[in-house]
Amino acid sequence: MSSTVAERRTSLSGKLLRWSCLLYLGIVLVFPLGGVVVKAVSAGPSKIWAEVTNPFAWHAIMLSLGTAVVMVLISVFTGTATAWVLARYEFPGKGLVNALVDLPFAVPTIVTGLMLVALFGPTSTLGVVLSGFGTPVIYEQSGIVLALLFVCFPFVVRSVQPVLENLDPAEEEAAATMGASRWMIFRRVTLPALFPSIVSGAGLSFSRALGEFGSVVMVAGNRPMSTKTAPLYVYGEVEGFNMEGALAVSLVLLTCSLLSMIAASKWAERQG
Amino acid sequence: MDIVVRNLSKRFGNFQAIDDVSFAIPGGQLVALLGPSGSGKSTILRAIAGLETPDSGTIELVGEEATNLPTQKRGIGFVFQHFALFRHMTVQQNVAFGLEIQKHPKAEVQERVQELLKLVQMTNFADRYPLQLSGGQRQRVALARALAPKPKVLLLDEPFGALDAKVRDELRVWLRRLHDESHVTSLFVTHDQQEAFEVCDQVVVLNHGKIEQIGPPQELYERPASPFVTEFLGQVNILRPETILGMQLDNERPLPVRLPGTPGGSIYVRPHDLVISREPNGLPGWPARIKRLTPLGWLARVELILPDSTPVHVQITQANSLELGLENGLDVYVRPRDLKVFEESSKAATAINYVI
Repeated sequence: MSSTVAERRTSLSGKLLRWSCLLYLGIVLVFPLGGVVVKAVSAGPSKIWAEVTNPFAWHAIMLSLGTAVVMVLISVFTGTATAWVLARYEFPGKGLVNALVDLPFAVPTIVTGLMLVALFGPTSTLGVVLSGFGTPVIYEQSGIVLALLFVCFPFVVRSVQPVLENLDPAEEEAAATMGASRWMIFRRVTLPALFPSIVSGAGLSFSRALGEFGSVVMVAGNRPMSTKTAPLYVYGEVEGFNMEGALAVSLVLLTCSLLSMIAASKWAERQG
Repeated sequence: MDIVVRNLSKRFGNFQAIDDVSFAIPGGQLVALLGPSGSGKSTILRAIAGLETPDSGTIELVGEEATNLPTQKRGIGFVFQHFALFRHMTVQQNVAFGLEIQKHPKAEVQERVQELLKLVQMTNFADRYPLQLSGGQRQRVALARALAPKPKVLLLDEPFGALDAKVRDELRVWLRRLHDESHVTSLFVTHDQQEAFEVCDQVVVLNHGKIEQIGPPQELYERPASPFVTEFLGQVNILRPETILGMQLDNERPLPVRLPGTPGGSIYVRPHDLVISREPNGLPGWPARIKRLTPLGWLARVELILPDSTPVHVQITQANSLELGLENGLDVYVRPRDLKVFEESSKAATAINYVI
C-alpha cells in the first residue's frame, strides 16, 4: 500500500490527469474570474470607485447585501430546525421530505420566480389579500427575500444535518445525568457542536444569495433605488452599454461573495 | 441497599432485553454486571440511569423511589464506553460542567475541579481539549466529570472497552484504588470476566436478559450455579457423559465412585483441574495422547485426545511440563481433580461438584 503513493507521483498517466484537471479548472473557473478582475481594474480605481458610489449602483449593492443578510438570519433558524427534525425524528414520509429539501437546487431559478409571482402576485388571490393588508410581496423588497429564502434553503440544512446525525448521543446523555435540562443540553452541548456547520451553511447561502438573478428578476419588479438588486443592476448596465459600471459592481459582488465564503470556512475550520 | 432493582423488564421489538431482573446492591460496593453482548447488562444500567424506560419493574436509588424520576434528578454519575466528553470544552470545563449546572458558587467549582483533576492525575492537562488526549486520559477525565457533582451512585458502561489492553489493565487497578478512596456505590458493566473479577466486590452474571448468578467473584468461579456461568467464567472442557462412563482406574479396575452420567446433562472440567502423569497411579482417569503442547510463558497448554477422541485442554505450569518431559505425540495419563456436573432433569440449576 505504501508504495502506491510514490508510484502515483511519478507515473505518466498520473501527471497527465493532474495537469488536465488543473487546465480544466483554469479554463472554466480561473480564466473568466480573472478576466472580470483584470478588465475592472484596468478601467482605473477612480473610475471604478465612481461607478460603485453612483447612488443607483450603491443602492443596488446595499439592497443585495441587506436582503441576503435578512435571508441568512431567517435561514439559520429554519435550516437548523429542518436539519434537527430530519436527523432526530422518525415520521412517515421522511424520505420524501428529505428529498424535498434539495428541490430548490433542481428547480430552475426563473421557474422559482414565476411560481412566486403566480402565488403571491398582484392578480392572485393571496396577492390581493396581502395587498389588502398593505403588505404586498411581489415587486417589493420582501419578495426578494422570499425568493432568496427558497433558492438558498438547502445550504444550512445540508450543512448541519450530517453533523447532527454524527453527533454522539452519549454527549447529551452525559449532560442529562449531570442534571442539565433539555434546553441547557441544547444550549451548552448540542449547539456549540453544530455552530461551525451553521456558520458554514450561512456563509454559503449568503454568497449564493448575493448573485441570485433568475428568481429575483421575476419577483423584484426591477425598480431602481427600490427593488433593483446588484445582479439586476449589472445586467441593466450591460444592456445599456455601460460596461465599466457593470464591471465595477461585479467586482464588489465577487469580493463580497468570496470573502463570506472564505471567512465562513476559515471560521468553521478554527472551531472544528 | 443503594441500588434496588425489582422485576425489571424491557423489550425492544421482538427482543427481550431485560427479563424480570431483580437485585440489590449494598452501599459502598463496586459491583459488576457481567455478560456477553446482548445479555441486557447495558440496558439495565441505562434503565437505572433513566436513559432507558423499562416496560415494567421498579428502581430504587439510595432509599428513594426513582422509577419515574427523570435522569436529571437521579443524582447519578455515568461513564460511557466512548468517553462522551464535550469536545468543544477543555478538560477543566468538562469537569466543571455538572457543578455549574447545579449552580455551585464559582470558587467552590474551581476548588472541586482542581481536587478531581488531582485525583485523576490530569492537573497538567486542564486546558487541553478532549481530542488532544489519549484514550486512557479521556476516560480519566470522564470519570472526574462524573464524580465532580458527588453522585449518589456511579454507573460505568464498559468504561475500558474502547482502550487497548495495557491501558485497560492500568485503569482497572486505578479504578479499584479510586473506589477504595471514594466509596461511592458503583455499578460496572463489562463483558470481560477478568475485568469483573479484578475490580469488583460482587458480580451479577447475566444471560439473555436474566440473572444467572450473583456473588463474589471467587464463589462464582468455584461454585457456578449453571452451565452458562461455568462456561462463561474462564476456560472449561465440556465432557460427554459417555466419556465419564468410559473413565476407568488406570489400573483397569472399575471406578469406585459412581458418577451420574445422565444423558443430556453437562459435565465440565477446568483446564487446571486436570492432572497429567507419565505412569499409571491407580487413580480414576483416562489414558490420553498429546496432540499439541504450547508453552505460554510460565504456563503451558496441553491439548490431549482421550480414547473416545474427545479433545481436552489441560493447563499446567511450564516447570511441570518440563519435569514430566512432555512432547507432542506422547502417551500419558490424565485425571480430573474436580468435575462440575449439571443434570438436565433438575430445573433448579445446581452444580454437583465431584472432587476426586
